[in-house]
Amino acid sequence: MQKFDAFTGNLAVATAMKQVNPDVCAAYPITPSTDIMMIFSDFVANGEVNTELVTVESEHSAMSACIGAALAGGRVMTATSSAGLAYMWELLGVASGLRCSMIMTCVNRALSAPLNIHCDHSDAMGARDTGWIQIFSENAQEAYDNIIQAVRITEHRDVRLPVMVCLDGFIISHSYEKMQYMEDKDVKDFIGEFKPYRSLLNVDKPETFGAMVLPNYYMEFKRQVREGMENARQVILEIGKEFGDKFGRYYSYFEEYMLEDAEVVFVVMSSAAGTVKHVVNNLRKRGVKAGVLKPRVFRPFPHVEASRVLRNAKFICVLDRAETFGGEGGPLYLEIKSALQTDKNNVPVVSRIFGLGQRDFLPIHVENLYEEIEAFFKTGKIKMFDYVNVRE
Amino acid sequence: MSELKGWKEIPEGAVIEDAGNSQEYKTGTWRSFRPIWYEERCIQCYRCWTFCPDSSILIKDGKVAGINYDYCKGCGICAHECPKKANAIEMVPERT
Repeated sequence: MQKFDAFTGNLAVATAMKQVNPDVCAAYPITPSTDIMMIFSDFVANGEVNTELVTVESEHSAMSACIGAALAGGRVMTATSSAGLAYMWELLGVASGLRCSMIMTCVNRALSAPLNIHCDHSDAMGARDTGWIQIFSENAQEAYDNIIQAVRITEHRDVRLPVMVCLDGFIISHSYEKMQYMEDKDVKDFIGEFKPYRSLLNVDKPETFGAMVLPNYYMEFKRQVREGMENARQVILEIGKEFGDKFGRYYSYFEEYMLEDAEVVFVVMSSAAGTVKHVVNNLRKRGVKAGVLKPRVFRPFPHVEASRVLRNAKFICVLDRAETFGGEGGPLYLEIKSALQTDKNNVPVVSRIFGLGQRDFLPIHVENLYEEIEAFFKTGKIKMFDYVNVRE
Repeated sequence: MSELKGWKEIPEGAVIEDAGNSQEYKTGTWRSFRPIWYEERCIQCYRCWTFCPDSSILIKDGKVAGINYDYCKGCGICAHECPKKANAIEMVPERT
C-alpha cells in the first residue's frame, strides 16, 4: 500500500532516511540541505529511529565520522550541499578508496564566489571523479525513490562504493509537490538487513583499515574502485527494475522522453528536465520531432546506452547546470560527446550552460534554443558553446 | 620482497587482514645513517632501548645486545640519548 501526500524534496529525503533507519548519521547542516537533518533530528528526538546522530563541528568531520561508522559496519547516511561537499572533498576519496557503503544526499547548490546559496550542479560535479556513484533526481519522488535504492546499491557485495543522491536546491528541496510513499515495513523489506563484509569492531578478527600504500600497490587499489564502479552498472539496473516491480516506479540509467523518433534531442539532468519536457510537448504539437534524454546516473556514466538511444538524433543540445571553465563544454556535454564517439556518431552536438546560481531557466529559454537549432538546419551555423539567459 | 600481487588478489579497500604483519615489512632499507653499537663501552643503561621509536634495540638475557638492522631507520635517537661518558653508539653513513 502506498499513500500520497505533499512533500518538499528535503522532507522526502528525511522521510526515506527515517524508513531506512540508519545506524549512524553524522552531519553539519548547510543550506539548502539543512532541512533534511533538521527534520531527521526530530525523528531521532522522538524515538522514531534508532540512529546515533553525531553533531560534528564541520563537514570534514561529518564525512570522517561517517567513514569510521561505515568501517565499523554500520548503515550510514548524511546530507550536505555546496561548500559543505567541497569541504568534504578530501574524505570523499577516502570513503570510496576504503570501500565504504554509505549514502549522502547532495542538495545541489552553487559554489562561491560570489557567495550564492541557490541551485546549480557545481558542487556535485566537483566530486564526479572521487569514486562516488552519483544519481540525480528530477523531483521529490525521484529523490525519495533514489535514496531507498541507493541503500541496496551501496551495500551490494560487488559494488561497495558510496552513493551520492542529488536533488536541486530550493527548486526541489524547498518546493512542495505530490509524492507517493511506501509503508515503513515495505521499505524495510526492500532494503533488508545490512550484513557488513568487514567490521572495525570485529575483535575476533582484528584488521587494519586506512594503512599507507606505496607506489607498488596504489594503482591496484584504484583499479578495484574502477571495478566496483563498473559492477555498479548492472546492479543499478537490477535494483531499479526490482524497485519498479515492487512499487510501480521503474528506474534505469536515464529517462527517455519522446526519444524514439526524436531528431532534436535535449540532454538535461534534474529539475530542469521538467521544463524542457514541457517545451518538447509544445514542439511536438507543432510537428517537431523533439525529445529529451534525462540522465539519472552520472557516475558510472552509461556511455554505451546513451550512444544507443541517441542513434537517430540529427541534433543534440546538452544543457549543463555547471561550468568547466576552459573545457570544451559542460561536464554532461563532455560525457555525451565521448559517448557519441564510442558509436562513431558525428551528429552535431552543442553545449549550453544554464541556471548557474539558480538563474531562471524558463520555457522561453528552451524555445529560443530550439529556434537556434532550427536556424542551424537552414544555415549550418550555430555556436558550439554558449550561456543561456545571461546578460552581456 | 615477495612477488607482487594483482588487483584481483588483494583485499578491497587496502585492508590489512593479518594482525601484526608489519614485522614482515623490513624498513631497514630506508636508512641513510647506521648506528654502530660498541659492547665494551655500553653501560647497560637501556636509554637507547627506551627511546628507540622502532623497537630496534636488541635485548638478550636482559642486556643490550645490538641493533636490529632489519627495522632500524637510522634516526640517530639512540646515539643522541646514549650518555656522553659512555658514547657507546656512533652514527656512520650507510653505504649502499
